[in-house]
Amino acid sequence: MHDMSAPVAHQHAPPTSFIRKYVFSLDHKVIGKQYYGLALLAAYVGMGLSWLMRFHLAWNSTAIPGLQFLSASGAPGGVMTPEYYLQLMTMHGTIMVFFVLTTAPFAAFGNYFLPIQVGAEDMPFPRFNMMSFWVTFTAFLVLMSSFFVGDGPTLGGWTQYAPLNAIGSVGGPGQGTGVVLWAVSIALFCVGQLLGALNFISTTLDLRVKGMSMMRLPLSAWSWFITSCIGLTAFAVLMPACILVILDHVAGTSFFVASGLVMNDQVLPHSGGSTLLWQHLFWFFGHPEVYIAIVPSMGIVSHILLANQRKPMLSQRVLIYSMGALAVLSYMVYGHHMFVSGMNPFSSLVFSFPTLVITIPSTIIVLIWTFSLYGSKLRINSASLFSLGFISMFVSGGVSGFFLAQPSIDIMLHATYFVVGHFHLVMGVAAMFGIFAGTYFWFPKITGRMMSEPLGKLHFWLSFVGAYCIFMPFHYLGMAGNVRRYSTFVDDFLQPLIPVHKFITIAAFVTGAAQLIFLYNLFYSRFKGAPAPDNPWEATSLEWSTATPPPFDNFGGKHPIVYHDPYQYGVKSSVGDYVMQTSPEQVETEFEEK
Amino acid sequence: MSQAELTMDEHSTSPMVGTAFSIPSKKLAMWLFIIADTMTFAACLVVYGFLRNGTANWPRPFHSITNVAIMTFILLTSSLTMLIGVRSARLGDKASAFRWTMVTAVLGIVFALLHIREWQGLIAEGMTLFKNPWGTGLFGASFFSITGLHLTHVVSGIIALLVVGVRYKGGRYNADDVEILGLYWHFVDLVWMFVVPLVYLLNLSH
Repeated sequence: MHDMSAPVAHQHAPPTSFIRKYVFSLDHKVIGKQYYGLALLAAYVGMGLSWLMRFHLAWNSTAIPGLQFLSASGAPGGVMTPEYYLQLMTMHGTIMVFFVLTTAPFAAFGNYFLPIQVGAEDMPFPRFNMMSFWVTFTAFLVLMSSFFVGDGPTLGGWTQYAPLNAIGSVGGPGQGTGVVLWAVSIALFCVGQLLGALNFISTTLDLRVKGMSMMRLPLSAWSWFITSCIGLTAFAVLMPACILVILDHVAGTSFFVASGLVMNDQVLPHSGGSTLLWQHLFWFFGHPEVYIAIVPSMGIVSHILLANQRKPMLSQRVLIYSMGALAVLSYMVYGHHMFVSGMNPFSSLVFSFPTLVITIPSTIIVLIWTFSLYGSKLRINSASLFSLGFISMFVSGGVSGFFLAQPSIDIMLHATYFVVGHFHLVMGVAAMFGIFAGTYFWFPKITGRMMSEPLGKLHFWLSFVGAYCIFMPFHYLGMAGNVRRYSTFVDDFLQPLIPVHKFITIAAFVTGAAQLIFLYNLFYSRFKGAPAPDNPWEATSLEWSTATPPPFDNFGGKHPIVYHDPYQYGVKSSVGDYVMQTSPEQVETEFEEK
Repeated sequence: MSQAELTMDEHSTSPMVGTAFSIPSKKLAMWLFIIADTMTFAACLVVYGFLRNGTANWPRPFHSITNVAIMTFILLTSSLTMLIGVRSARLGDKASAFRWTMVTAVLGIVFALLHIREWQGLIAEGMTLFKNPWGTGLFGASFFSITGLHLTHVVSGIIALLVVGVRYKGGRYNADDVEILGLYWHFVDLVWMFVVPLVYLLNLSH
């Protein structure tokens, strides 16, 4: 046993060439920024797609100028066909879930700050880390290429239900090449995230500096660690599932197509597979994926709230355990996506119970946040506002989850806008708010400049009110029976709902435009923002104890030693009401140190 | 530097503390890979079980267990030789470690060749990814997918054995690397122990 007890700290020299510095960089900070850039690009593409869809839903016969150039057959004269609407919807979902909600809070912020927060100079496998980004980027290119290949991207929704995903072009535009590109893209994405998860877990377990016990890790580091544990197991299931879809297309197998299926008056040659099998495989990944999207934001938001409320959480330990419980339970609830799938109704009951149980750790987390905020003098800034917004969205979207967890109610609501409103609030918008909060909070550390607070607050209020104006009415639409995935509403009973759709569309345009303020703020502050001090928020964790922006090896050739819990706020010390983790100063505190 | 007081432990090349999980990162990474790969194989076997249970005319084309028994014996033996190789490496006996790593690789090659011969036999009998003479086409699809995935692992393992063995002998890799590769090889062996009963023995004709 040589060197078995000394964890390996990776050392590589700073790069000098442009390519090594900015393109194929091994530096976790550059890779984090690359991931952030990818997520930013993907987010605006996804948002643009949602604008196109929303416009069509409100004014379905009005042409969208220029759309015919994106797809001549999908939008003749600029008015999209129902198929093209579904293709845009599929791309919106896929881009947002995979390339925004997974990459930004987890891969981007995690890559940049996890090594710094544990005190390491880099991740243990920088080459894997670089591959992780470039494989993910390739996955994005492959997905985007489906817009321009054959008859466009797939129309099967981000869940790609069977048998539609396996029968080929007979299923409609994009069901041939489009699906194959989708499956290749997602399989690549899985590889990228597996490599990332491997690095994250080994960073957390192996590269903590002296004094940094697991319980002294900041909550954000904990959330990235927990998320990578989910990612490691969930993406490893989606990857073979995508490969089986590809086999169904190119090798003539029929894993996901039943015998004797008639589609568009054609008897399909496939025989013997199971359509339900895909849903089992997909949702076994799909539900944990929801937590991959939301848990990092929980950690980021906790981290930010602590720095702004200037007192510890009610119980940091319970918060960590609850996030862990979410991770474990997330594997036991996936069947609640399949209540209307034709699965045995008894299974529905079995999946309904853990679904209700998973609300317990979620509720505990929310209660810890709210009761910790109670009585604190919260510093109001863009980051803390977006953190509060996150909690608000998470609760508002989560409450409808209680209803949907029950098969008897879900069967009515599953195919309606109620579910769309639910998951957009609880997972989509909430995670976006977490991303924004993290951006406003960490931007000074990353770039050395402060973001504009007035613009940030304007961005917050427009996004906060706007998101509610968009997604709350979704719930009413759903209860009124408005079916989802329809591109036009021609039925009589849906006519009274058209004004609601118009309202939502206008709200979506305004809220979307507010995101341009963010984009402007981001780029303006990057070059013209006020210079940031090393620790603008008077925060305690390791990223604030190093220079701004952090040097190549994070701590300038030295290694920090950790003396304290991550959140020593509300104490009396020589610098104010807080003690840095790296400060050897002994302080009186009413809270127990680990 | 702001308020932070940063110090460097000059006595140690590594600043990191020994943790409760005191494990070198490379070895940890291999364990994490094994966890992820377990999920992948589990997904494939679940797919197989799901389809097999749901299909009436599932074929049982295997008449004899001789071939699979020999293959299993060879793979199990290769785990034993790998074990001896890792042990020698730990004791610092380079020549012996290299020899046993190469023996493991050769056993892996024999396994792969037997496997390919078995595939050729089945293909000659008319079995493809989508049809076979005995029943549902799903049999070929799941058989070739699962054993193919396993065979891919075996072949990657053989290449890794050759590379690591040679580089260990040359001094570029150390005993840890041999041990980490050993973990992988045993894992591939363990997966086979699930494949044999589920894919072969369950499909023996009566």
